[in-house]
Amino acid sequence: MNTLLDKLWNAHEILTNEDGRSLLWVDRHLVHEGSHHAFAKLAARGARVAEPGLTIGVVDHYAPTRGSAATPAIARMIQTLEDNAAAYGLTCFGLKDPRQGIVHVIGPEQGLTLPGLLINCGDSHTSTHGAFGALAFGIGATEVAHVLATQTIWQTKPKSLRINVTGQLGPGVGAKDLALAWIAKLGTGGAQGHAVEYSGDAVRALSMEGRMTLCNLSIEGGARFGMIAPDETTFDYISGRPYAPSGPAFDKAVDYWQTLSSDHHAEFDRDVTLDAAEIAPIVTWGTSPEDALPVTASVPSPSDASKDDAERITATLDYMGLTPGKALTDVEIDQVFIGSCTNARIEDLRAAAAVLAGRRSKVPGLVSPGSQQIKSQAEAEGLDRIFTDAGLDWVGAGCSMCVAMNGDSVAPGKRCASTTNRNFRGRQGRGARTHLMSPAMVAAAAVTGHLTDVRPMLEGRSAA
Amino acid sequence: MSGWKTHLGKAICLDIENVDTDQLIPARFMSTPRAEGYGSFLLHDMRSDSSGVPFSDFPINKHPNASILIGRRNFGSGSSREAAVYALVDFGIRAIVAPSFGDIFASNSVNNGLLPALVSEEDATRLFALIDDDEVDLSIDIEKRKITVGDQSIPFILSEAWAQKLINGWDDIDLTEHHRPAIAAYRARRAQTLPWVFPAEETAG
Repeated sequence: MNTLLDKLWNAHEILTNEDGRSLLWVDRHLVHEGSHHAFAKLAARGARVAEPGLTIGVVDHYAPTRGSAATPAIARMIQTLEDNAAAYGLTCFGLKDPRQGIVHVIGPEQGLTLPGLLINCGDSHTSTHGAFGALAFGIGATEVAHVLATQTIWQTKPKSLRINVTGQLGPGVGAKDLALAWIAKLGTGGAQGHAVEYSGDAVRALSMEGRMTLCNLSIEGGARFGMIAPDETTFDYISGRPYAPSGPAFDKAVDYWQTLSSDHHAEFDRDVTLDAAEIAPIVTWGTSPEDALPVTASVPSPSDASKDDAERITATLDYMGLTPGKALTDVEIDQVFIGSCTNARIEDLRAAAAVLAGRRSKVPGLVSPGSQQIKSQAEAEGLDRIFTDAGLDWVGAGCSMCVAMNGDSVAPGKRCASTTNRNFRGRQGRGARTHLMSPAMVAAAAVTGHLTDVRPMLEGRSAA
Repeated sequence: MSGWKTHLGKAICLDIENVDTDQLIPARFMSTPRAEGYGSFLLHDMRSDSSGVPFSDFPINKHPNASILIGRRNFGSGSSREAAVYALVDFGIRAIVAPSFGDIFASNSVNNGLLPALVSEEDATRLFALIDDDEVDLSIDIEKRKITVGDQSIPFILSEAWAQKLINGWDDIDLTEHHRPAIAAYRARRAQTLPWVFPAEETAG
């Protein structure tokens, strides 16, 4: 009786050490500009990249979204990646490559991400790829150097946590709301030390885009790994992608992929069940992803909390410029951002456009598609016109204002409704105030100028 | 990297939950080469105002010689940026003592000789009460998994694998080199049984 985690782990285990760690084989290693420390370590050893064919580079964290790199330091980061890729013989999707985009968007898009693979990247949102039934996890620079040099990684097997979501999500409620709901319930460290497997009817009903959003946010609940057993939805998504197997090889692969699910009576170290019908559109009010509430609620009050919590809430509200007891829907925003590895896929853009069509945004904002391919597809569907007609800027692909490394940032004290993954202090720029929510909810906030329940705004429209 | 078994140093408290890696080092500093030193970036936006003037009462400003940091739950949550560990190490921190750590942060710490000492909530609170705003001599013994402060002794949790890495200062690449034959055999087996896991020839672009 094995869990999906057991099956994936066992399939990649080369050996175990006496200290309890496993040496695992890495099927795909994705690198980006931030991998410069690891390349420097490799160079210092005089080592080669063990498997250039399994190592793919992409420019994303520092990618300019308008024109050229904002500063010489940013240009140097991009150049360093391209130089390292050339020196070690790696394929690299540079700024001019039509396959360029955010690493966790382009992996699946290119068919590099497949069920049953072990995927590493020096980025915590690597859990995204688990949506395909892959063992995918973020690693630090020392580990990146190890994977470059050996195509393997040492890991202690995590515990297993199943999050079972029964029933159906309501209209206007999506994967982002589901993710923030479980993180609010378990806490931002709630799944530390665990690999999360998402299951249940509400998860099965999600598209691959939705599944990727859900797995992407696993790390915000503390889990390095998130995963969903592959099914027909998965196989349909993969079929025909450039790096995916095709013809008889695809059929053979599907035979194997169909074995990748937890056995019926497999036991998990922890089990959590959520009822999808109880989940409303969610927004964050604080500086940790666990500070999340239904949009119909009010800003929490320190006087309702224990002494320790009260201090934290007071400090958080001070940073966020919020008063206790204020209805969340009364919180006015200064700008919006639609983008990031969490919510910049075509379905996300369609969901935002469905709300914005024929409406104007009261605040300025940026829409940054997850990849150049998504940008082209959105333009072919006319979504770019909906965004620009609403008054928002339609820009290039990259991590952009989610991590504020490329020059796109939120000014001090400004409040941004954002489809990103982290509302940490200063994440979108020093002093920036971030409210996390779904693309449809960001679009609704843009139209009204304050946090808003998107559901009434979808009446008479198809929610994409 | 050289290993260590015991450390005696000044311990200070950082009484904040969820100190995420964006706090430990804001992203804008991460294009700096490591050789330039990351110590001045540690907790940069918490320890100084927007014009860069340090807050004199912020713990690491008040006690710049501290080498042990006592933290609250979920220390090092967030991104995989190893630069967060570089900032701590370059500042002179050898150990973080906290009731829980971000998984990736803890593993990055061990790879850089920084001890993530996991203690109970109760023991963390005891240390906070004992040290408060001061700096206090504290000793750490990795083999015994023991923190000693005054006449008090506090246990911490650390896996044997991580203890051995910290004590020996091992570089995993050296360790893995010994397993080259096993890795090659695995690769050959994988290529034979599941050939599709190796990417097809590029057809796009």
